[in-house]
Amino acid sequence: MAATFYGLMARFDTAPDIYHAAQQVRDAGYKNWDCITPFPVHGLDGAMGLRRSNVPKFSLLGGLTGFTTGMSMIWFTGAFDYPLIVGGKPYFSPLFAFPIAYELTILFTAFATIAGMFILNWLPQHYHPVLKSKEILRGLDDAFYVVIEARDPKFDLNRAKALLNEAGAKEISELEA
Amino acid sequence: MAHAHTDHPAPAILAEVKPVAFPRATLVENNRSFSWVTEKICGIIEGPTPRWWWIAFAVSGFLASFTVAGIIYLVSTGVGVWGHANPVNWAWDIVNFVFWIGIGHAGTLISAILCLLRQKWRTSINRAAEAMTIFAVVCAGIFPVFHVGRVWFAVLPGYLFPFPNANAIWPNFRSPLEWDVFAVSTYGTVSVLFWYIGLIPDLAILRDRFYRSGDKIRSALYGLFAMGWRGSNRHWSNYEMAYLVLAGISTPLVLSVHTIVSFDFAVSLLPGWHTTIFPPYFVAGAIFSGFGMVLTLMLPLRAIFRLEDLITQYHIDCMCKIILATGTIVGYAYGMEFFIAWYGSNPYEGFAFINRAFGHYAWAYWIMITCNVVTPQFFWFKSIRRNIALVWILSIFVNVGMWFERFVIIVTSLARDFLPSSWGYYSPSAVEIFTFFGTFGVFGVLFLLFIRFLPIMPMAEIKAVMPQADVHGGHDKH
Repeated sequence: MAATFYGLMARFDTAPDIYHAAQQVRDAGYKNWDCITPFPVHGLDGAMGLRRSNVPKFSLLGGLTGFTTGMSMIWFTGAFDYPLIVGGKPYFSPLFAFPIAYELTILFTAFATIAGMFILNWLPQHYHPVLKSKEILRGLDDAFYVVIEARDPKFDLNRAKALLNEAGAKEISELEA
Repeated sequence: MAHAHTDHPAPAILAEVKPVAFPRATLVENNRSFSWVTEKICGIIEGPTPRWWWIAFAVSGFLASFTVAGIIYLVSTGVGVWGHANPVNWAWDIVNFVFWIGIGHAGTLISAILCLLRQKWRTSINRAAEAMTIFAVVCAGIFPVFHVGRVWFAVLPGYLFPFPNANAIWPNFRSPLEWDVFAVSTYGTVSVLFWYIGLIPDLAILRDRFYRSGDKIRSALYGLFAMGWRGSNRHWSNYEMAYLVLAGISTPLVLSVHTIVSFDFAVSLLPGWHTTIFPPYFVAGAIFSGFGMVLTLMLPLRAIFRLEDLITQYHIDCMCKIILATGTIVGYAYGMEFFIAWYGSNPYEGFAFINRAFGHYAWAYWIMITCNVVTPQFFWFKSIRRNIALVWILSIFVNVGMWFERFVIIVTSLARDFLPSSWGYYSPSAVEIFTFFGTFGVFGVLFLLFIRFLPIMPMAEIKAVMPQADVHGGHDKH
């Protein structure tokens, strides 16, 4: 099967370079593009024009579920399924149920946060054109890359190359899908 | 007052006041590059297994067999093989549990609280400290699970976990011991999740490095857990947010876990236990002992793997100062307990404390005071913080002292209970001693496997705090 063209991958050697290059690609109006960096570069989200992550929405949902689970479990076991008087105390009170509901809030929040991160990132994704490229070794080590995908409506091979060269790319390679 | 009248208002002494610019401590010495960090950390895993590793692994494995043997003997014979007898029915098992759980707390403090406080020096020690947390929780969990004797009852039908027992009765959720089950299992789970999330980008590096060097099996194994991570900034954006949320929830978690552990005692009515100071005092003690253990583990690693550029003197200074601060809080708590015992005018409370310091267990009390109150005071001195061998020895004293703190709190109050006719003196049985010392072997085996197969430092996080990572090239202007 003939390899289909996926996009361009341009190398930059320093963090300031990728930061300014990302600003230029963003201002050129591309939508389907990305940066590959070995660590989270501070400020790059803004330079790429990314919106605030939606992970906390998952976290909130998880936390509410956990708290409700804790409270209702203790109510169910102690006041509904087998009501038993212990030390003359009420069958159920949110006060003695609180520590366990609190711990379950945290437990469910943690799971929801991580699930949210995986869902929003479409991970696990063990095949990707970027991973197929030789460049990924440096992309996780010490170099920074801009990837512009061919499916972007504004994509034009020569203009994209010119833009990346103008932004100071050290090397541009073509990715196959 | 005449000289105050001048033609002009008092001139400013300085025309302009500039904020003082303190030089920031460098976190990676000798201007190392990003790829130096990758080579250094990956090199530990990719290189041949050193001989010392096999020796240490064999010793740890042998030591761990003590715990295994002790537990098999306990389960097959009964809880009577431990030295518990009236009135001390709760001793080494709970002492060891609190000891190990406390050690774990430094890992979460480093990974969560110092993350929220933007303490960048945490980056080079947080991976190993989080590993320490998880392995310490494993060691801690052995004791409450096996102290029930017939261990299968711990799970189903539940002494610990909420399953109805033979009479369809559920666990008592009013009990702090039941809260503890949830606190500790949540703590263990969240610590593993947090640790794993931090590992993902580093596992991706190992995946690709092993792939290029032709080791397809290892590449596939690391790759499986790397989840196809490719360093995409769209991913980093969600990843960073998830990491921040996890740090945000781990902070109240770590404080609540040791608070609930202290409730095991504070909620009872026993003199010496029934005090409101317990939660903060236990949390401070936990962080104190945990940092002691971090130093005990990290200083040999630093020397063996030549990590001086990554764990600098600044890192050691910071850890010593935290030990000094928390150790002093613990010392203050000891004093305050005594003061309140006197000021509260409760004769039983007063007796409990006089008995602690001057009774049959005075030897344990003064070991505790020496190790926990006196030892950290040495860290006031820069010359001592710079003497790595001495810091390492002092860190061991901290660990010993914190074990004795739990022993003193638990055993002295129980051995002298309300009826003088039932007073006793607790000594551990051989089975208890072997089971406890064996847990150091269990911990050692797990920690050695960790340093052999996983990156001991978070490469991505270290790179992010290096000066080259600044997109403004060290200037604050856009």
